[in-house]
Amino acid sequence: MRIPLSWLRDYVDVTLPIDELAERLTRSGLEVDSIERYGIEGAELPWDRDLIVVCNIREVTQHPNADRLVLAEVEFAPGQFHTVVTGAPNIQQWKGLGPITTPLRAVYAKEGSVLYDGHVEGRVKVTLKGKPVRGVMSDAMLCSEKELGMSDEHEGILLLPDDAPIGVPLVDYLGDAVIDIDVLPNMARTLSIVGMAREIAALTGQTIRLPKPMVKTAGAAVEQSIKVTIEATSLCPRFTATMVRNVTIKPSPFWMQRRLTMAGQRPINNIVDISNYVMLELGTPNHTFDADQVAQHHIVVRTAKPGETLKTLDGRTHSLAIDHLLVCDTTQALSVAGVMGGESSEVSPTTTNVLVEAAVWEPTIIRRMSSTFKLRSEASKRFERGVDAEMLDLAQRRLTELLQTYADGTVAPGMLDVRTTPALAVSMTLTTHEVRRILGLDFTVDQIAALLAPLAFTCTTVDAHTLLVGVPSYRMDVSHTADLCEEVARMYGYDNLPSTVMADELPTQRTNLALEREHYVRDVLAAAGLNEAITYSLTSRTAAAKLNPAELESSEYLHLANPLSPEREYMRRDILPTLLEAAAVNIRERGMTRLFEVGHVYHRRSDAILPTEPLRVAIVIAGKRNTTAWNAASSDSIDFYDIKGIVELLCERLQLSGITVSASDFTHLQPGRSASLRLTIGKDSFVVGSFGELHPEARDRFDIPAMRVAVAELDLEILLAHAAVPRYTSISRYPAASQDLAFIAPVAITAQAIEASIRKYAGNALSSIELFDVYAGANLGEGMRSLAFRITLRSTERTLTDAEVTKLRAKIIRGVEHENGAKIRA
Amino acid sequence: MSIIDQLAAIESAALASLHDITTIDALTAWKSDYLGKTGLIAKLSRELGALAAADRPAAGQRFNAVRASLDGAFAEREATVNAAAQGHAFASEALDVTLPGRPLTVGRLHPSTRVLRMITNIFAEMGFQVWESPEVETDTLNFELLNIPADHPARDMWDTFYIETPPGAEKVLLRTHTSPGQIHAMRAHAPNPVRVILPGKCFRYEQVSTRHEMMFHQVEGIAVGTNITFSDLKGTLIGFAERLYGSGIKTRFRPSYFPFTEPSVELDVECILCSGTGCRICKHSGWLEVSGAGMVHPDVLRNGGYDPAIYSGFAFGMGPERITMLRHGIDDIRWFFSGDERFLQQFI
Repeated sequence: MRIPLSWLRDYVDVTLPIDELAERLTRSGLEVDSIERYGIEGAELPWDRDLIVVCNIREVTQHPNADRLVLAEVEFAPGQFHTVVTGAPNIQQWKGLGPITTPLRAVYAKEGSVLYDGHVEGRVKVTLKGKPVRGVMSDAMLCSEKELGMSDEHEGILLLPDDAPIGVPLVDYLGDAVIDIDVLPNMARTLSIVGMAREIAALTGQTIRLPKPMVKTAGAAVEQSIKVTIEATSLCPRFTATMVRNVTIKPSPFWMQRRLTMAGQRPINNIVDISNYVMLELGTPNHTFDADQVAQHHIVVRTAKPGETLKTLDGRTHSLAIDHLLVCDTTQALSVAGVMGGESSEVSPTTTNVLVEAAVWEPTIIRRMSSTFKLRSEASKRFERGVDAEMLDLAQRRLTELLQTYADGTVAPGMLDVRTTPALAVSMTLTTHEVRRILGLDFTVDQIAALLAPLAFTCTTVDAHTLLVGVPSYRMDVSHTADLCEEVARMYGYDNLPSTVMADELPTQRTNLALEREHYVRDVLAAAGLNEAITYSLTSRTAAAKLNPAELESSEYLHLANPLSPEREYMRRDILPTLLEAAAVNIRERGMTRLFEVGHVYHRRSDAILPTEPLRVAIVIAGKRNTTAWNAASSDSIDFYDIKGIVELLCERLQLSGITVSASDFTHLQPGRSASLRLTIGKDSFVVGSFGELHPEARDRFDIPAMRVAVAELDLEILLAHAAVPRYTSISRYPAASQDLAFIAPVAITAQAIEASIRKYAGNALSSIELFDVYAGANLGEGMRSLAFRITLRSTERTLTDAEVTKLRAKIIRGVEHENGAKIRA
Repeated sequence: MSIIDQLAAIESAALASLHDITTIDALTAWKSDYLGKTGLIAKLSRELGALAAADRPAAGQRFNAVRASLDGAFAEREATVNAAAQGHAFASEALDVTLPGRPLTVGRLHPSTRVLRMITNIFAEMGFQVWESPEVETDTLNFELLNIPADHPARDMWDTFYIETPPGAEKVLLRTHTSPGQIHAMRAHAPNPVRVILPGKCFRYEQVSTRHEMMFHQVEGIAVGTNITFSDLKGTLIGFAERLYGSGIKTRFRPSYFPFTEPSVELDVECILCSGTGCRICKHSGWLEVSGAGMVHPDVLRNGGYDPAIYSGFAFGMGPERITMLRHGIDDIRWFFSGDERFLQQFI
């Protein structure tokens, strides 16, 4: 809401400097977005009091040496004259006509004035210097709006109304400021100059002065000329109509145009401008009809009929639905109620009689219609937030007064007034206990009443602890005692409230183990050298299809009804596609990536409208295992075993038991380098994730250069649910015996199988087992490999004897050979 | 030449040759030549027997004195030679200490995660527990139960992504704020007191720009009980701001509007970049918004299962990305969800 200060001052004395007023408003819930100053102190371009004044142009004559220039005979102070050279096109018409009967009023700037250069783009300050122009001395100027910083208008000089006072500093005549306020939905009462003046009066201890329109009436009474029927009674609480006859359509007065412009409205003609002016001034949107276009002068407020259409002022034709609310005559729709007028009854240059509608509408219907028709107007904005029905009388008087004065109209006596909902006086009880309970402030009823009174709440003391508070009609935002508490706090000043520590009992503390473990997983993965990414939950099936082409046609995705772009149209079902897109950028940029993400994916359910949101962890690594620094440990590239190492680390850190890895054939992974992770709990066994090297075709689809890209995606929810706290095992004081055993076995025999046999036969004496070498060579035979294990044997009770170790070693060898068809390597 | 003279000659020869020795090997050879079991002094000592018995003690003493003198000289020389050898070894191992250290491959947490943890830790100390609630919600939970009915002008405050649902089914959406968590938390606790914070992802139907993202995090907080006031809210939020930005930071507690709180407030802190003098980041106001908050609206309390005549409470919300951007001077929010390691690796 843009508030011109001069307009505000009509209704309240502004006692604070503008900046202080702005801070006061902001601290009272009316956040000031910006302050624009025109000509006054603090403006970007202050108008010098002595140099820039209102003047008279008494005569315009041809410049002796230039066709396009004229000489203006200017009176810049009573009885003081000066000749000014100008090329302004809008005074050429007076050229050579001798003294002008009603001299033109304009803005005169003397040498030394600082103005904006009218001839260059943007706002460039220049100081006016005297110089001869084609042989005539030019040491003063007639100014355009652009030169004064009032607008970008530079077509001609600014012409002022005839009553502009000659010789008066321009800053006194037109200097102004506009305060732009971000009005929140609960502050709808301030969406007007008067509303804002009320609030400022309350905040600064001043008194509001409401406009007092003076209307003379003549001719037939409104009731005899117009009929109003409200059919849609529940949607129109109050409808009023007045009539102004024999209007003249012309531009509105200068001051009104100036105020409208500063408030952000474009001046059109006197009728439209007056309508807008009263809306801005009193917060009551209204509508003017060409009365002679209203069939039978009969207004009907009703909902639309099936198939009905209406062409609105903006030239668009809307198809109406049966719940849309219209203002009609007896034959057709005239306007979308409270939203926009129709073309057929629009006030036009030939209009003579104007029917003025001021009504209030049920807010939700207005909002629904304005969103359906995409017609967000200043009117609909106010109606959907609530317009004070009790303001309509004043609004009608103000409208007719202005139409009488500035459109030369004759106001018909009376006002048609149809109320379907009686005016309801809202009052509620407020106790000192409630104020203490909600605000933590110990106030007496008198203190509370003193705070509420400036806002025009009427406070009646019921007893020492209770007030009966009457709510003004324009305070539609106040419906709970909590709303009154807010007003008490606001008037007391939020900054004056004490800052206290909660004295309420501390709720029972419960742990959130899953979340704690989730954070632990992040820490483990970061410690493992991975960078945490957070990618969009919104993606496309195209992105998912890069990982697995079948996803392109999948109907399993949650689909946005109103996506912003095709790239963010579906809710992800897996993390890897978006993480791989990010990884691809990193790989292309740096030749490597080490990313992980912990986050939710979204899975549709057939039996519920809300999806499940499983928690996942995904990992993508590629590039050199170590950094490429001069002293790096190795220059090997990442492969399957790097991702497996990370998965193993994670399982170990979560102390998961019952984890097994098996070769698998996930479509997104390279065959032979694809594994599944399985968790077995008692009799149940689930696949909890996949890991391996990205299939080269998938890698190409992500536009990643040829290299091994290792990925994993695990169901974190299940893993976290089975995480455990490590159990201490006692540490033996006796020495260990290490045995290196290498077995030759067919490649198909897994290391996991051989290790299991070793564990089985070593029994309790096994302290640790480490696979330290894998070798396959021609000397071992086709399809054979050697797996070398370092086995540490140790007793917690005594030192193992050589004989015991030898015996155990033989037992392990026999067992492994027997169970796996392996041979000990000599 | 008497045996004593011979001894003196050996001594002076030994000392002379010792003086030139620079290696451990030569030193070992010298020791064996002069002081070894078959060395010159040992050999000469065998001739002591030939001396007159009366001369033997003095000669013996003389032998001991020479041995001691040579042992001493040897030890001294050995120390010198060792020191020189070590000096050589060190010189050969000397490094260019200005070369970069061997880098460790260490990962980093996302800056939003870090700031979320800072926020949750501060509130945890005030007795708030961390909860979570779903990211995909019904219109009822995201709006209706929070006192934002359909066709309410306040809906303009949240541009919403909707999920396609079958005709007639309830509207499903991506939560526009973490506030539905208030309802979840209250319903899980009522009528017992509740004090939780709910961090999580939110979504807005908003064109992505340097300042706006379609996805972002929020931290919601709610405390409900029989003795919780607006002044407690002020104390809690200002306490939080002082923990986050340092005690003594200037704050502003400013009336605001949210449909689900009444009274509502916005907490501002003095702009940490310009110290309140006005800059581009604070839009020349000198203040930065930290949190929107208020007393839980009576209707919302009722929707959460509490009788608003007995219970009261406050709720607040804040955005960790904005706090992160201010903390690190990040000028473009679009990096947050890019997964770009050039961005991620800048934080600790």
